[in-house]
Amino acid sequence: MKKAKQLIACVILMAMGLESAHAAYDLNLMQGVTQISHDVYDLHMLILWICVFIGIAVFGAMFYSIYYHRKSRGHVASQFHESTKIEILWTIIPTLILVGMAIPATKTMMELNDVQDADMSIKVTGWQWKWEYEYLDTGVHFFSSLDEASNRARQLGSGIDPRSVPHYLLNVDHPLVIPVKKKIRFLFTSADVLHSWWVPDLGWKKDAIPGFINDAWTYVEKPGTYRGQCTELCGKDHGFMPIVVIAMEQADYDNWVAEQKGLVADANAAAEKEWSKDELIAKGESVYQNNCASCHMADGAGMAGAFPALTGSKLVNGDINSQIDLVYKGKGMMPAFGQMLSEVDFAAVITYTRNALGNAVGDSVQPSAIKSLKSSAPAQTDDKDEDDKDEGNT
Amino acid sequence: MSAVVTEHDDHHEHDHDHGPSKGLLRWLITTNHKDIGTLYLLFALAMFFVGGTMALVIRAELFEPGLQFVQPQFFNSMTTMHALVMVFGAVMPAFVGLANWMIPMMIGAPDMALPRMNNMSFWLLVAGVLMLASTLFMEGGAPASGWTLYPPLVLQTGAALPFAIFSVHLLGISSIMGAINIIATIFNMRAPAMTLMKMPLFVWTWLITAFLLIAIMPVFAGAVTMLLTDRFFGTSFFDAAGGGDPVLYQHIFWFFGHPEVYVMILPTFGVASTIIPVFARKPLFGYSSMVYATAAIAFLSFIVWAHHMFTVGMPIAGELYFMYATMLIAIPTGVKVFNWTATMWKGSMTFETPMLFSIAFVVLFTMGGFTGLMMSVAPSDFQYHDTYFIVAHFHYTLVPASIFILMAAGYFWLPKWTGHMYDEKIGKLHFWLSAISVNILFFPQHFLGLAGMPRRIPDYAVQFADWNMVSSIGAFIFGFSQLLFLWIVIKTIKGGTGEAVTDEVWEDASKHGLEWTLPSPPPYHTFTTPPEIVPTEHF
Repeated sequence: MKKAKQLIACVILMAMGLESAHAAYDLNLMQGVTQISHDVYDLHMLILWICVFIGIAVFGAMFYSIYYHRKSRGHVASQFHESTKIEILWTIIPTLILVGMAIPATKTMMELNDVQDADMSIKVTGWQWKWEYEYLDTGVHFFSSLDEASNRARQLGSGIDPRSVPHYLLNVDHPLVIPVKKKIRFLFTSADVLHSWWVPDLGWKKDAIPGFINDAWTYVEKPGTYRGQCTELCGKDHGFMPIVVIAMEQADYDNWVAEQKGLVADANAAAEKEWSKDELIAKGESVYQNNCASCHMADGAGMAGAFPALTGSKLVNGDINSQIDLVYKGKGMMPAFGQMLSEVDFAAVITYTRNALGNAVGDSVQPSAIKSLKSSAPAQTDDKDEDDKDEGNT
Repeated sequence: MSAVVTEHDDHHEHDHDHGPSKGLLRWLITTNHKDIGTLYLLFALAMFFVGGTMALVIRAELFEPGLQFVQPQFFNSMTTMHALVMVFGAVMPAFVGLANWMIPMMIGAPDMALPRMNNMSFWLLVAGVLMLASTLFMEGGAPASGWTLYPPLVLQTGAALPFAIFSVHLLGISSIMGAINIIATIFNMRAPAMTLMKMPLFVWTWLITAFLLIAIMPVFAGAVTMLLTDRFFGTSFFDAAGGGDPVLYQHIFWFFGHPEVYVMILPTFGVASTIIPVFARKPLFGYSSMVYATAAIAFLSFIVWAHHMFTVGMPIAGELYFMYATMLIAIPTGVKVFNWTATMWKGSMTFETPMLFSIAFVVLFTMGGFTGLMMSVAPSDFQYHDTYFIVAHFHYTLVPASIFILMAAGYFWLPKWTGHMYDEKIGKLHFWLSAISVNILFFPQHFLGLAGMPRRIPDYAVQFADWNMVSSIGAFIFGFSQLLFLWIVIKTIKGGTGEAVTDEVWEDASKHGLEWTLPSPPPYHTFTTPPEIVPTEHF
């Protein structure tokens, strides 16, 4: 019944024309919150109106002709069939219109491209299927993935109404935080396949390409929460790696940075601590559901032909070090989780998979062991990032 | 060729009438342009329904937010296979089918220049498409990286990858053979009176399209071969870790891909330029400017490819160049639209089904052209890129453009091909259902894209729910309306309305083209001697 009502509402809105629908439905490009996004919006409107104007002229002539020059009205066909003058005319006029469009477009393009004199830089790395943010000036560093509520609701046949989830598919666990009124330079790269980072309110998107660094910048005027998504097909969960940017006043931002540094200290302390097996299993369950369940399924059954089952898996039930090694470095479609997960989460999820999901190996691994692994053998991706900087294409 | 035929006649007088072989074998071994044209057209129609079914899977999943029917991986396979099947299995073969049927009849030739190769190119197409379809049943599923097959993602494809690549090779070979055949036919087999600038525009647009095909298909074959060696032979063409560049693939792909989309639209222009004058009862306005505009569009198609890649991080000079070059396409395309309008102006128009589809093509293709112009502006494209706005754009230039014109061509020439009249009432019903539902289907996608919905996602934020629902409803009406066309085709072949069909079918059509001087249906072999006079009214 609810659906039927919505449907009727849609049809009525369409029938009433687009203007009246504007209040309730986004029909046009958003203006955004930066100077650039406003410039882009103005360009968009300029060209839209040019198209509307040409459309009215051409379709007007055509429908006039369709109405009056029809055989059923007894109209007799003229036999004219060429005119060099008119051909030249309708070649030159569009050319002039195009020149008129190209001038403001060029200006905006130059501004978009000018990443110089930035106040701070953030490196953004795309992963299947999450974003990694690294604040190059303060050392703050974290991963940002789809929030748990959306993730539960979006599973096939979850039975959860997406409308009951706040910001369904547009919410993350760790949003990107930036200060307002600062020129921020973003550096984009990828750890696996192509991704593209888009927050419509900022006015642009930029591809994240493995092995290369792209850049772009923004200057947000007013505090707020701005949401976006990955826009380059990056595999099965392409639709599920949103972006949330929170712009704050400088003072709030400084507090946030201090808080993040505190979190790092807490995480370090947690990694040093001795964890009991039960603590690790309890922690590991949520890590598993957030990071592993979308391929290996919530019950560890996997998906035949695509993603191996963990229940009864030889690897999971075999030597713990080979399992750690594979999860750490990744293999084929399996991402390298060594850098993505904290020491605690990593140890917890390994312990969980070996003692749950129908497996009962009985052993466990301590976060401190993972920590020493990290310091002795940096993941391959680190080396690759170094190369990227040398090869940067800009 | 004529020498061989003469000798044949001298020595084997018992075998004058080369009628078709009997039974199914006729279709397997045929070298007759009409038979092969029919095969191409029926195959394309079948693939149109296969690709359309995949589109309906997509629209069913997108009817509501949340996942209801398919897993994301399979959804991605559907978007990929829908595009590949529609492009390589439906639209391109349909135009090759029209070329086979119509080009010899339009230029006064007895057949295509290379009839055996003609047969081979059709059956290679079938093999290629079947191999592509078989990947749906392979371990790891069909390719799911989009029809652009971008690395590194495409290299994560399971067992299907080498099969998909080989099928691209087969389709490429088939297209190149078809193109060579068309060029050889047009250059060598025209009736003596048919100078180049007297050729019907359908022939002109196919001549130019055939050159595009020969230029681009090897490029695509090269690109996918590099994918193959990257995956199986340890090369690193597209892998930065080995000194390669993933963006290189995109440059190569779109050097193929942009002309490729014009392969699907140029013959469309040709058919529209053929149909509109007949029902306006007026010569085509600006014939020579139409020819030059087609050539200009074909030339521009080779120098604008990176407008598909404004967001990959090109240097500013590259961004600006590709923006300016892309804007230029609007000029010759505009000339075409103005010429069609001028052709209708002060005509004496009637609105049979082919004309209705053609007028809808001019209007809706122009809408697709407008959004194309908007996207040529690089800074705005930073917002539009990879959203539903572009999905709306290219579907407007493909569905109510190429597909509508293919429908128009079907209605226009079916009476000639079969000798039977289709049911005009059902034809018009098919038109109005299609024309209305195609806009319900694609117009809201502009809003979705501008509001921020990315393309190629199986599930979306709830603010996109309403327009997605509208779009899906349009999709189902559009999809099921096409069954009317299938019904009309079958019924017309079987005898149609029973109404007698004259040679020229449409009033005064014989002024417009040689095919209307032949009987309806035309005998198995036509123009065994070239016609003396060709229609000159246009020129």
